[in-house]
Amino acid sequence: MHPALSVIAFTTLSGAGYGLAFVLALGHGNPAALSTKLGWFVALLLIAIGLLCSTLHLGNPQRAWRAFSQWRSSWLSREGVMAVLTFFPLTVLAAMSVLGDTFNLALGYAVAIMCGLTVYCTAMIYASLRTVPSWHTGWTPAVYLMFSMTAGTLIYLSFFGPASGTMSNRIWIMLALVFLVVAWGVKFFWHRRSKAVGYGQSTQESATGLGHIGSVRLLERPHMTGNYLTNEMGFRVARKHEAKLWFITLLVGFAVPVLLLLLALLVPMMAGFLSMVGTLSLLVGLFVERWLFFATARHAVGLYYGGDEALVPSD
Amino acid sequence: MTLLPAATNKKLGLVIDLDTCVGCHACVVNCKEWNTSGYGAALSDQDPYGANPTGAWLNRIHTFEITPDKPKGQGEGEVIGVTDEARVVHFPKSCLHCEDAPCVTVCPTGASYKRAEDGIVLVEEDKCIGCGLCAWSCAYGAREMDIAAGVMKKCTLCIDRIYNEELEEIDRQPACVRTCPAGARHFGDLGDPNSDVSLLVKERGGFDLMPEQGNKPVNKYLPPRKRTRLGEGTPATAAIADDTSEAGGLLGWIDRALSGDKRKGAR
Repeated sequence: MHPALSVIAFTTLSGAGYGLAFVLALGHGNPAALSTKLGWFVALLLIAIGLLCSTLHLGNPQRAWRAFSQWRSSWLSREGVMAVLTFFPLTVLAAMSVLGDTFNLALGYAVAIMCGLTVYCTAMIYASLRTVPSWHTGWTPAVYLMFSMTAGTLIYLSFFGPASGTMSNRIWIMLALVFLVVAWGVKFFWHRRSKAVGYGQSTQESATGLGHIGSVRLLERPHMTGNYLTNEMGFRVARKHEAKLWFITLLVGFAVPVLLLLLALLVPMMAGFLSMVGTLSLLVGLFVERWLFFATARHAVGLYYGGDEALVPSD
Repeated sequence: MTLLPAATNKKLGLVIDLDTCVGCHACVVNCKEWNTSGYGAALSDQDPYGANPTGAWLNRIHTFEITPDKPKGQGEGEVIGVTDEARVVHFPKSCLHCEDAPCVTVCPTGASYKRAEDGIVLVEEDKCIGCGLCAWSCAYGAREMDIAAGVMKKCTLCIDRIYNEELEEIDRQPACVRTCPAGARHFGDLGDPNSDVSLLVKERGGFDLMPEQGNKPVNKYLPPRKRTRLGEGTPATAAIADDTSEAGGLLGWIDRALSGDKRKGAR
């Protein structure tokens, strides 16, 4: 699938924003502390930038308001509705901290659940597509939710926690390590399944219905150049370098943050700096991970264009 | 409304004969011609005369080569000349107007819908935001974005022809069907078991594309007929060609005279 920058930015930034809001909404951080106020601001900013990015790839963004109407059948619509529904109590909580130095735990729990539901809806946009077997699994929302919370935990720990934390920095670092291991563990299973599943049950034979004669091979494309379908669904650059990019993702998104956080436990003096660098590394890793999520996904329509063996001139 | 109708009164669709299609692309061109000037936004092209032309088309022909896995009397993978059922198949593909159409249910705005009266899947372009999710949900590549208008385009089954009383009755069928010089495309109600198209599907063993995707496509494809060897199944054609039993008058007299006996039509 075509890895549109707008969609990658949307899913990673809003995911991190909801993750940070999730942590704050559970009551972490003294509401009167400046760092907590900044934290709320950054969470809202990440969510807002993410949602704005999501409208950038639209052909007619001026009609985007219509996307709130079909929540009964469409996960994209549900995502939009949940984002708006979450935005109001989230803003109220943020305003309570920023303006009134107060916090309400009941409202906080509600917001935390709604943040999780919004991220779940985002993931289900992709997980609900039967045409992309590597996405069409319960592992997809699990990956999105775990990465959202991991990013939120690390951002809170590095930038907003130490000055206002309700727990000691040491416990937060250990918590972040647990999140990192669990999140990448879930992603590991997703990745392994994704590599094995390919086009799922569909083949060039089932796509053409001609398998009863023999094996099917594309002889001629509808026309010589690429088209909307091959540009959108037949992206191949990432598939070629999939193994290398996956290694880079694990290195930047997992190994570096884990090493830096372990180091932070050993050298408390440097903990602030180390966890900040580790968090930034995680965010870069998540960006590459999300790019791969789209770019390596095989879409059923690829079977009409020769499957993995085809020579696609565009990209 | 993007909820699918529980049932449709009719299931209008196409039956495409893969035995007959010669891959001339006339349906492709006539589809583009009719639909760029009819229903909704024009079907735009980008860089049409340049080095890398692209554009929105609602009907495309792919060509596939099918090789039997183990040709009879030959080594595995060794294919020389005509090998049993090995063949090239031209494969026209447009919207299959699925009964369980995922492109409709994923639409966030209600622009995509399936008509309860005849089962046609349409896009209300004034509501389309051009997010492209419906194209992602379609296994068949039936939907293509019009890059100029920023809205999704798809086969309408020529809804502006089939119900158009301004047209002659013979023209009230989809442009691709009307134009096909080989008669490889058929239009009708696949929900009626006694319609011409349903009978054709029954007789020829029509099938669904990618049934495992669970979309229940309405359009059906007819498989290529089995190959026949030269002369196979045809009675002595030479004997038929030489049968002059119907010759009468002057030609009959010449026939009798040259045959050397009085019996008309003898060899």
